[in-house]
Amino acid sequence: MKKAYPGIFLFLVAFFASGIALASEVQQRVTDPVTEKRLHAIAGELRCLVCQNETIAASNADLARDLRREIRARIASGQSDREILDFLTTRYGDFVRYRPPLNPVTLFLWFGPLFFLLAGGVILRRYLKHRQRVLQAAPPLSVEERRAAEALLAAPPDAGNPS
Amino acid sequence: MPRNKYVWLLVAFAAFMVLLAVGLGLDAREIPSPLIDKPAPEFSLPRLDAPEGKVETFGPGDMRGKVWLLNVWATWCVACRQEHPMLMEMRQKKILPIIGLNYKDVRGDAAIDASKMTVEQEAALVRARANRWLAGQGNPYALSVLDMDGRVSIDYGVYGVPETYLIDKTGVIRFKQIGPITPETLRQELLPLIEALNR
Repeated sequence: MKKAYPGIFLFLVAFFASGIALASEVQQRVTDPVTEKRLHAIAGELRCLVCQNETIAASNADLARDLRREIRARIASGQSDREILDFLTTRYGDFVRYRPPLNPVTLFLWFGPLFFLLAGGVILRRYLKHRQRVLQAAPPLSVEERRAAEALLAAPPDAGNPS
Repeated sequence: MPRNKYVWLLVAFAAFMVLLAVGLGLDAREIPSPLIDKPAPEFSLPRLDAPEGKVETFGPGDMRGKVWLLNVWATWCVACRQEHPMLMEMRQKKILPIIGLNYKDVRGDAAIDASKMTVEQEAALVRARANRWLAGQGNPYALSVLDMDGRVSIDYGVYGVPETYLIDKTGVIRFKQIGPITPETLRQELLPLIEALNR
């Protein structure tokens, strides 16, 4: 029983510390709703580099918090959304943007799926044409074949089914 | 010769598998820095070794004409301990000057609540912690500067500690190591590059 105390203590410290850290950001947040709206729009476009599947707007990572502070400061100093995005892209690369800009490196990323869709369409079309040709070129059924087919079709449903 | 017409499907599948295999081998945490071959961002930060009560600053401009390393570290950073012997070795062999960029030593430490500290209190604590760490482990740095709020590090695109930048005589970043420098990166990448840049 005694052994659990340090763990609980650490947990409580971490728990309340995180509350304090959040509170300080909440305080900044209520000051200016317009800034916060822009911040949210910009940060929602950006990938958090520590937890890569979260946006900087959503992430609670330390770095994401710092980057939000940086964006806030830049909004306050009158920079445009574009300038702020450019600032972060020159530091962290296209990778930070969830919608990376179109350039030679990202060409495949943007148009790869479209390429595969078109290629699939072309292959399907060729296959169907080929199939139709094969079917048309096939000789018509002989009399015996027709009779055998009709017999099969007329048979009761489970007659030909070995079960 | 009756060539199987589905061979190309197999080839396409194999190519796809190779692509996936290469993708598996990549480390998604290593994001290529766009700052390579770009000038190192300017800054002016307080030096750790300044005598008490005095403020002395350092900036990348002070290193013009030298090939040097900028190594981002913190006392709370576990991987920095792992990297530390490599840095000491570089210092002992006088390979090149290493400047330490101490990253959010107090604010980055989850065990400390810095929100109620004044900047002076925080600075004093950072100095005490950093000096204690260097005294205990050995100091590989020509000097260290303090980035208490991490803004300069954002300028350098730092997203994890340790990170290391190799900067040439004209102040251009030539190489970035994300995570600790290993003996392999030192031997295979850093040393040849340093030699080439010093020529």
